[in-house]
Amino acid sequence: MSFPWAKEYTPTTDFGQWMDKQLPLPRFVYNSLGAGYPAPRNLNYMWNFGSMAGLFLVIQIITGIILAMHYAANANIAFDSVEHIMRDVNSGWMIRYAHANGASFFFIAIYLHIGRGLFYGSYKAPREMLWLLGVVIYLLAMATAFMGYVLPWGQMSFWGAKVITGLFEAIPLVGKPIQELLLGGFAPDNAALNRFFSLHYLLPFVIAGVIIMHIWALHIPGSNNPTGVDVKGPQDTVPFHPYYTAKDGWTIGLVLIFFTAMMFFLPNALGHADNYIPANPLSTPAHIVPEWYFWPWYAILRAFTFDFLFIPAKLLGVLAMFSAILVWFFLPWLDKSPVRSGLFRPKFKIFFGILVIDVLVLGYCGGAPAEEPFVMISQLASAYYFAHFLIILPLLSRLEKPEPLPNSITESVTGKPLNTAS
Amino acid sequence: MVRIIGILIGLFFSGWLLVSFGMGAKEYITNPPAETAEHAFHKAAKDVSFSSDGPLGKFDRQQLQRGFQVYKEVCAACHSLRLVAFRNLEDLGYNEDEVKAIAANWPIQTPDIDPATGEMSTRPSLAADKFPKPFANDVAAAAANNNAIPPDLSLMTKAREGGAPYIYSLLTGYTNPPADLPAANQPGPGLHYNPYFANLNLAMAPPLAVDDQVSYSDGTTASIDQMAQDVSAFLIWTAEPTLEKRHQTGWAVLAFLLIATILAYLSYRTIWADVKAEKKKKSA
Repeated sequence: MSFPWAKEYTPTTDFGQWMDKQLPLPRFVYNSLGAGYPAPRNLNYMWNFGSMAGLFLVIQIITGIILAMHYAANANIAFDSVEHIMRDVNSGWMIRYAHANGASFFFIAIYLHIGRGLFYGSYKAPREMLWLLGVVIYLLAMATAFMGYVLPWGQMSFWGAKVITGLFEAIPLVGKPIQELLLGGFAPDNAALNRFFSLHYLLPFVIAGVIIMHIWALHIPGSNNPTGVDVKGPQDTVPFHPYYTAKDGWTIGLVLIFFTAMMFFLPNALGHADNYIPANPLSTPAHIVPEWYFWPWYAILRAFTFDFLFIPAKLLGVLAMFSAILVWFFLPWLDKSPVRSGLFRPKFKIFFGILVIDVLVLGYCGGAPAEEPFVMISQLASAYYFAHFLIILPLLSRLEKPEPLPNSITESVTGKPLNTAS
Repeated sequence: MVRIIGILIGLFFSGWLLVSFGMGAKEYITNPPAETAEHAFHKAAKDVSFSSDGPLGKFDRQQLQRGFQVYKEVCAACHSLRLVAFRNLEDLGYNEDEVKAIAANWPIQTPDIDPATGEMSTRPSLAADKFPKPFANDVAAAAANNNAIPPDLSLMTKAREGGAPYIYSLLTGYTNPPADLPAANQPGPGLHYNPYFANLNLAMAPPLAVDDQVSYSDGTTASIDQMAQDVSAFLIWTAEPTLEKRHQTGWAVLAFLLIATILAYLSYRTIWADVKAEKKKKSA
């Protein structure tokens, strides 16, 4: 499915024609990533992070498969097998640092990609399913990253696993059995490490499967664009290849420069020193913190310090933390403003800016020790987070008067009206 | 319907967070948390630099050899180095024969099984062996050290916030407890005051007590400060023996990516030239 003016795939060689009859794989690629896929001509650089996240998923899968050849998922030797990779495996240090930092870059790309969707209203009709699948990918990525961090079996691995699976304990009645099922025991040990390794290997391929559906769902309405106005004619689009392959291509080079600078010169800057200490169930680290990409949710979890009637504070924190992400599933129906792009929503623009700062503040507090004033700051910031999605957005779609939209993408770019005759 | 339920949930979460904030703030104002002695007296690591610092950093092999000597003559009595093998010492500039001699003459032998009797025994180390541990197990280590197990040093500079400067600061930071230190934080029996240690008192006695505790063969004066720097540099190497290779590879990769990115950018400009030209007419 595409626009009627999409270029038709015409194989020129005999082999190409033979292939097209038997298995039209080249036609499929041509129509999804090639010249046969028209994309809006005005996509800005915020539209580059989807392919970038895909690139880092590929880097993670390739480096991860190599690491799995040398890693031993056994609580007695897991830590030493990682050090074996660092010291004795040829270029093992490079593969491991690429994998460790690749996870962070995957999340940087995915957060900017989500932020783009939030600002330009990419979750609105007709792209709700696209958005929902994206939230599923994010949830799967979080589970994968969490289990991956447990595998080196350092202090933060062990205590992170204990704290995160301990969250389920807060659920009444079924919480304790769920926690024991997740861990395969009463505390993180060999059973937990083995199942986490197994799932850590499986889930990236599940993510890849959901990404295929995500891209499929994208190709039905086509990309949103900075104006949020629908594509109306051939002048509004350019073929994906070579225009967007070239644009994605050079920015991938740029992000790889940042990525390699990080992995070769600051490889442990995003990690935690405690994870170079072997797991020790008898010694609790002074501050247990997850990886940076979980910090905002960790801050929300810890912001609930008082019981509400019969609901303990811990359960409230767990519910709020999960709700903070699950609310994204309802976003297309919470924000009913007919205008997609935040560029034409004067009030939304301000609240969105506050949300970005708010999430950064939550992130900072989530990485800080659970002390004052960080708890109080996270309470205010979490309050805004929920108010933004659940109160402000639904009301704003009624109260806000959007600015006039451009007639077409072409008109917004060139200043001349779209030629509808052609 | 979704929005009505959403607003109600939002009001509940945000409302309760604001109430919690209010209660927490009231508590904070009426009963402000007192600063702990650990926080008040703890010092951040001293500012000290090593030749391996920064993207261009390389090891100073002379210094690593001196640091190894400090480890061998001072630290090795209590601290293991279980992830490092004698053969790795070739990185420090020792030749194969020197490494074999170091391994064979190491004061602690490598545990093994006697090939004749099958009994547990020990033998002189080979170049391929990892450094043998000074204590048979953690129980023996704790028993010999006032119940504190001396940690393995292989990864020490990566396993502590502050890295090598922290190790250096700790080694040179032993002082008498300040007069205003609360009684609860005074070093107990067998503990030693050191403001660079997180809870101010640690079980390790000052390991570098006097100048010239080791005598360097390269003529460097073995002041306490020099020995502490040298052994910290040595521990950077034990934690990451591939550091130099990492820096070198990094520059080669960056150079390649820079050229590739410039070429990719230029082709992007060329491909988009016609679409961009149309855009410029707007401002004209």
